Amino acid sequence: MSKTAIGFAVLVIAGVIAPMLGIYPTFLMKCWCLALFACAFNLLLGYTGLLSFGHAAFFGAAGYITGHAIKMWGCSFEIGILAGTAFAAVLGWAFGVVAIRRAGIYFAMITLALAQMIYFVWLQMPFTGGEDGLQGVPRGTLFGVIDLSDNMNLYYVVFAIFLCGFFLIYRTINSPFGQVLKAIRENEPRAISLGYDVDKYKLVAFVLSAALSGLAGATKTVVFQLASLTDAHWHTSGEVVLMTLLGGLGTVFGPVVSAFVIVGLQNQLADKVGSWVQVIMGLIFVVCVLAFRRGIVGELLAFARKTGIVKA
Amino acid sequence: MFELLGITPQALYGQLLIGLINGSFYAVLSLGLAVIFGLLNIINFAHGAQYMMGAFIAWLGLTQVGPWIGDPEFHLNYWAALVIAPLLVGAFGMIIERTMLARLYRLDHLYGLLLTFGIALIIEGLFRYAYGVSGQQYELPEVFQGAFDLGFMHLPKYRAWVICASLTVCFATWYVIERTKLGSYLRAGTENPRLTQAFGVNVPLMITLTYGFGVALAAFAGVLAAPIFTVSPLMGADLIIVVFAVVVIGGMGSILGSIITGLGLGLIQGLTKVFYPEASAVVIFVIMVIVLLVRPAGLFGREK
Repeated sequence: MSKTAIGFAVLVIAGVIAPMLGIYPTFLMKCWCLALFACAFNLLLGYTGLLSFGHAAFFGAAGYITGHAIKMWGCSFEIGILAGTAFAAVLGWAFGVVAIRRAGIYFAMITLALAQMIYFVWLQMPFTGGEDGLQGVPRGTLFGVIDLSDNMNLYYVVFAIFLCGFFLIYRTINSPFGQVLKAIRENEPRAISLGYDVDKYKLVAFVLSAALSGLAGATKTVVFQLASLTDAHWHTSGEVVLMTLLGGLGTVFGPVVSAFVIVGLQNQLADKVGSWVQVIMGLIFVVCVLAFRRGIVGELLAFARKTGIVKA
Repeated sequence: MFELLGITPQALYGQLLIGLINGSFYAVLSLGLAVIFGLLNIINFAHGAQYMMGAFIAWLGLTQVGPWIGDPEFHLNYWAALVIAPLLVGAFGMIIERTMLARLYRLDHLYGLLLTFGIALIIEGLFRYAYGVSGQQYELPEVFQGAFDLGFMHLPKYRAWVICASLTVCFATWYVIERTKLGSYLRAGTENPRLTQAFGVNVPLMITLTYGFGVALAAFAGVLAAPIFTVSPLMGADLIIVVFAVVVIGGMGSILGSIITGLGLGLIQGLTKVFYPEASAVVIFVIMVIVLLVRPAGLFGREK
């Protein structure tokens, strides 16, 4: 059995038994949503080398579209989620077409500015409810059979959505397409000289990442029955960067681990220290960048290789 | 003509003035970003937080420092703040550069962006903890109360001063960088740091001072902004994203380009507020998209 297969097995078992251990299912669902969001982001930053500072736009937009589709148009759960994801993909395509014209630092600034523009659009649009958000989104039923207002039912649906997204990302990374993405990350001029249309590859990766971020945001909206401006704010963009960085850039399981760490930390800290949460997030950022660039999973892998547990 | 559109000339001039004020802030902030980027190759995400620190130092100096040192009569007045805030924040920036940023120069430049983002979160979080999110009022110095009557409109004295002061600082910076010997070292360092060092210029020191200077510019803008906008921990964060868009539009290749782009975009934003207020929050971002589609390197930029 390969180590990735073991990782997958552990992940599935942990996901299935976690709510039975008495951990609050809503907390777990939030973790899986953000883990999917971070994995989708990692596809871009970790495997393609593109730092987007505007991923909250997709996360938040899908939430609004899903919430509106289910609440106002009476769409079913599946259609609502698909609508949100599709919208995020289209938005991702629009962002990508503009932002891929520049690389590196400019790419980060452009995505941030575009996301801020979308944020203002949501702020002014009447259907989003402005500062209050889109409240009271009904959870509905899955395929008209499974009642999702039951937390445990919803939990397993959310976990299944996460697994699908996660597996898609894993397959993408290990496909010939993923190899080209890594080649672009390592040496873009060389990838161009080998005849790859680099911009096209970047755009496809960007749209895929945006769509999966949208899937995560849409699912989160159904879980909390709320689509809010917070999800579209640049703080959320920063948070997903932090999750990816803390977990380990370009590691498959890193973002999942750190999503649990960050969400857990926020949950624990919010009651005790209130506004210090932001300071602590900032400190984690600084420490990660200065001393811990491989991230949690990256460091563990490096340690395992050094001690010979895993072959290099 | 204005009456046809239902807009009074007063409203138009008023918004243009506000646009010019915002434009001056965009110009000073994007100038600082451009100077730092030129030599350090990083985008200083903490720029907004450092601008906010400048404003807070001014406010603290005026209202809080007296009681702290046990002399309620003591006030750090506006002019003192205008000098002390940039010095303090500049020194703070230099410490950050020496202790943290300097470790990252051999790595991907994106790490510099991530580090300064973390620093911005820390600074903003600390000020939020200490002073909450509701804004503080900074009382206008007595000299600046009242307005000039220009015949067609009233020009508040302080607003006139903000525009003059920021333009002066911008052009002084331009002069120093483009026309003096010190500036020639800086430009040489931007072009080729290794060769410059080989000629005996202390490049690491120059980098530290440049970062300090760029940060000081942000704090200077913060002090200028204190009497106009409410002084709040959040004042820098949203502004800096707009300034990023300004920087993308202008391109960071030219100092004069940053100044012109900043002022121009401020004016365009002011005009949008008159003719189509709904779009005033997004107009700069829309312009950014158009510029990127037509001229990806930015109006004054060159591909690097």
